[in-house]
Amino acid sequence: MALPMVPEMEIEASKTATAIAESIRMSPDRIDEVRMAVVEACINAFEHSRSVDHEVFVTFEVLGDRDPEKLRITVRDTGVGFSPDILGDPTMEEKLKSMRKRGWGLKIIRGLMDEVEIHSGSGGTTVVMSKMR
Amino acid sequence: MTESLNVTVDRREGLAVLYTEGYINNQGGEEIAKLAYKLIDEGYKVLLLNLAGTKIVNSIGISILIEIIEKMIEIDGKLGFCCLTPTIEKTFHIMGLAQYAPIFKDEAAAVAQLGA
Repeated sequence: MALPMVPEMEIEASKTATAIAESIRMSPDRIDEVRMAVVEACINAFEHSRSVDHEVFVTFEVLGDRDPEKLRITVRDTGVGFSPDILGDPTMEEKLKSMRKRGWGLKIIRGLMDEVEIHSGSGGTTVVMSKMR
Repeated sequence: MTESLNVTVDRREGLAVLYTEGYINNQGGEEIAKLAYKLIDEGYKVLLLNLAGTKIVNSIGISILIEIIEKMIEIDGKLGFCCLTPTIEKTFHIMGLAQYAPIFKDEAAAVAQLGA
């Protein structure tokens, strides 16, 4: 799905993720975690990508040999990219002292999903995240 | 499509409880902060955020809650959370937020602890 970068469009992506996760009978708590990770990945793209086409592309795949085993979600933008290595690991201690309280998205996604890969360069950023059923 | 947040306040002796209903994003976080700062101005130093009516939050909304935590630390007050979904609670733990603002299973437990 292609999402225009407008407020609360992340909720639309999370609804699709929820419907697909329910169709493979993922547990409600795990679905909720997927939903939140999708929201975070989308708002990261909305906020930071500086994409000229103002769109985020979200792909959902159900993977498994015979039965569904895993839900893989890819969130891609065509923005300016970033270097994940220089972001560091935000902490509450640091954020309480800092003027900038934001910057938690990737930490939350990594904490909620089973596998997370980030590919970023001058052509944009792709976040690939998976959750076992 | 809008998922706006409603916040209601119950002012009690020495403690105010804020009940949220809806999505805590940037606007939702700002709404909570506006009410929290108003309560602080009224003299409340103990605030409880009851999130029973919130099923989803985002990190921008949470970052505004961190500003409230910072303010509560500054005034030597207390902010607690109760009635979180398992995912919101897990997220707060991932961020380390629970170290600075305790999380309670239900409102009665929160009031008993925070009000003490």
